[in-house]
Amino acid sequence: MPTLTIDGQEITVEANTTVLQACEELGVEIPRFCYHDRLSIAGNCRMCLVEMEKSPKPIASCAMPVGEGMVIHTNSPVAEKARKGAMEFLLINHPLDCPICDQGGECDLQDQAVAYGRGGSRFDEHKRAVKDKYLGPLIATTMTRCIHCTRCIRFATEIAGVEELGATYRGEETEIGTYIEAALTSELSGNLVDVCPVGALTNQAYAFSARPWELRKTESVDVHDAVGSNIRIDCRGAEVMRILPRLHEDINEEWLSDRSRYAVDGLALQRLDQPYVRVDGKLKPASWEAAFAAIRARLDGMGAARGERIAAIAGDMADVESMLALKELFTALGSANLDCRQDGAKIGGKHRGGYLFNSTIAGIEDADALLLVGCNPRWEATMINARIRKRWLAGGFPIGVIGGVAGAGDELTYNYDYLGDGPAALADIADGSHHFTATLAAAERPMIVLGSGALARDDGAALLDLARRIAQDTGMISADWNGFNVLHRAASRVGGLDLGFLPGESGRDVAGILDGAGKGEIDLVWLLGADEIEMAALGQAFVVYQGHHGDAGAHRADVILPGAAYTEKDATWVNTEGRAQIGRRAAFPPGDAREDWAILRAFSAVVEQPLPYDNLQQLRQHMVTEVPSAGAIDVIAAADMGDFGVAGKVGAEPFASPVDDYYLANAICRASAVMAECSRLYTGTGGAGQAAGTTSADG
Amino acid sequence: MKRVPAPPEQQPDTFAFTPENLALAEQHVAKYPSRRQASAVMPLLDLAQRQHSNWLPRAAMDAVAEMLQMPRIRVYEVATFYSMYNLAPVGENLVQVCTTTPCWLRGSDDVVGACKAKLGIEFGETTADGKFTLIEVECLGACVNAPMMQINDDYYEDLTAETAGAVLEALAKGEKPKVGPQNGRHASEPAGGPTTLHAYTGDA
Repeated sequence: MPTLTIDGQEITVEANTTVLQACEELGVEIPRFCYHDRLSIAGNCRMCLVEMEKSPKPIASCAMPVGEGMVIHTNSPVAEKARKGAMEFLLINHPLDCPICDQGGECDLQDQAVAYGRGGSRFDEHKRAVKDKYLGPLIATTMTRCIHCTRCIRFATEIAGVEELGATYRGEETEIGTYIEAALTSELSGNLVDVCPVGALTNQAYAFSARPWELRKTESVDVHDAVGSNIRIDCRGAEVMRILPRLHEDINEEWLSDRSRYAVDGLALQRLDQPYVRVDGKLKPASWEAAFAAIRARLDGMGAARGERIAAIAGDMADVESMLALKELFTALGSANLDCRQDGAKIGGKHRGGYLFNSTIAGIEDADALLLVGCNPRWEATMINARIRKRWLAGGFPIGVIGGVAGAGDELTYNYDYLGDGPAALADIADGSHHFTATLAAAERPMIVLGSGALARDDGAALLDLARRIAQDTGMISADWNGFNVLHRAASRVGGLDLGFLPGESGRDVAGILDGAGKGEIDLVWLLGADEIEMAALGQAFVVYQGHHGDAGAHRADVILPGAAYTEKDATWVNTEGRAQIGRRAAFPPGDAREDWAILRAFSAVVEQPLPYDNLQQLRQHMVTEVPSAGAIDVIAAADMGDFGVAGKVGAEPFASPVDDYYLANAICRASAVMAECSRLYTGTGGAGQAAGTTSADG
Repeated sequence: MKRVPAPPEQQPDTFAFTPENLALAEQHVAKYPSRRQASAVMPLLDLAQRQHSNWLPRAAMDAVAEMLQMPRIRVYEVATFYSMYNLAPVGENLVQVCTTTPCWLRGSDDVVGACKAKLGIEFGETTADGKFTLIEVECLGACVNAPMMQINDDYYEDLTAETAGAVLEALAKGEKPKVGPQNGRHASEPAGGPTTLHAYTGDA
């Protein structure tokens, strides 16, 4: 533990820290461009130069390890002069186009030029100009602005795991790019915009639309997958302009997947902004009263067996509050036909450990062996995939994969051992006849991750049982480690399972509801944002669609109740780890649309079964008593395990890939033009490697 | 001067080493420890360039990347960084005239002028018959024999406008001019003959 002196203050730090990190611990700010605390050290921008006594020259503090007795001056004339020199050189080829640059107002170079830049330029030569690069539909490039910090190259190589960016040519001719004018094949490419310290890489979808100081910033959570990435929603007026990641060390660190970031334009398109009622086969705009009356008329016509003839399905982005309100409404109406598992996953029940990602996302870094079953984390839970890669890079992390990916290859961003494509391989591991059993048993903290490719099938419960047995037999579950994990894809799922949005006694699950609707045994189906079920199977049932987008559910609906998207409501979601988080309203729902719990509360009065809460506070208080886990915000409690799953025979069919199209996974994405463009470009989303369009070599 | 890659219509679709070159390539790879085979990228690119009329198409870079199991961009970075790799077709004789200070002081302007006049092209151009490409290069480390030019693998040194023209003329005829100093001296001995160590060299 060396002790050094920084600006007259003594500090003792860990031996392997750098001078820059030691300065940060003291709260001394060092300007930098190339240094990023989650990337490897490059040391090429020279902006972090500080004076070190007994050194003939200033040192690059980002790359200099601390030493015993070092004396550092960060604001001496020597350091100041060195930084001014570095800044002058950086600005030599940088265009002075801040007024037309999208980075303006949030640009590291702009900010630091205020502190270290000269009043005028002494450079009389020609400034260099660099042809812009094509990096895909998400990133706008203005490569003349690039200062060659190489953060983007390091991000793509280290975090995203796609070695497609590089620095070609040399000296003054150096260019950052892919050399072959091809779109980056990464689902994390939006983060390049965040790591770029200048305006070279900017957000294509947000190009020239707002300045940072015009935006109202709201801290919220993402619902495009079950990871619960923390986000910041930037709005101007009622319009969501962009979404940025927000730091959460235990979930997404400071990254965000492309779908979560770029589906923003979908929030303004295809919106349901007023109630509709189907009259003579056509959806006609209606008032809230008329819409409620139409549903009530239908309910009244059912007579005594009403409870058995109605059903509700919650979609993948539903929040806990509205699911609770819907459950209680249906319970009051006497129905037990509830399900939040659109894909038919065979999970849920009293043992919470049986449906959570128990290791936690940050816990992946402590694991030392991994078995992925029927899932492709790269497309299902991008941030979890990034964490697995981070762990894999550290070494000593054997990864086995059963199904979920197309086969042995480089589909994921780490090397893996492809053990088989179906339940047979899992059964072999369970009975110990497979070589990977020994790998798991030898590991101190092994993990198994079960995806919906394995759970959403008829033998899902048997596979769950098999996975639990593997977890128990190979020592995955101990006092301080739980290696049994279920990877969800839907943000609503864990919350729905926690509050029991599941078939009650003799109630029907999703398959049963669809079956009943087809046979005419179910008369009314309430879809809470559920768009991913087979609408044709609903037969003649009267369909109430409560949601925010005119997607599959709204097209089939007989009554549409316009709800709020995730950016438009204060609500709770529970992520795949079982971590409850609160999303906050950044903008109001459009037109006559309302927050979902309020719609349900209003309707409950229409059917004379008023729900016992009149505002969100009361609902929340009620929710905390009913679903304590949803009230413990950002807390993970160890979940009880028990004997979940049902021992039984497993099928032979291989695990299907659970994600058809990463870019079109939900109603918001399907409304987004940006996502449609991505989907077109990256068709066959599972495919890694070079994308189409790699025709011209251009430098 | 920036080296611009050949346009797509000039790029071949595929590239494969000939059996002889493949054997050589494997020898290069074998020099390095296992899983460090990427170290062989530069000799392999050179081999590919020699096989492919002295220039590197993208297909060749991709083939090298595949052989060495490295990401393609890492090969592109190497190939574009070093000016000795030609990214576009060049003439049969790649004439590289040094114009860095020592050569310039010793009259490289005359050499350049003679080359341009003889070949009828400017820097960066190739003659119509495809025999010569003329480029300007920075110091090639033969300052003691300045001015000089490199044609393919050979150095022609102690040039004047006349001798430079003669070298090009001989090459144009398909002859092989004498490599090295063109003013008669041996290697980098003093221009007027040895001044010391007479006893050793045998001169009085």
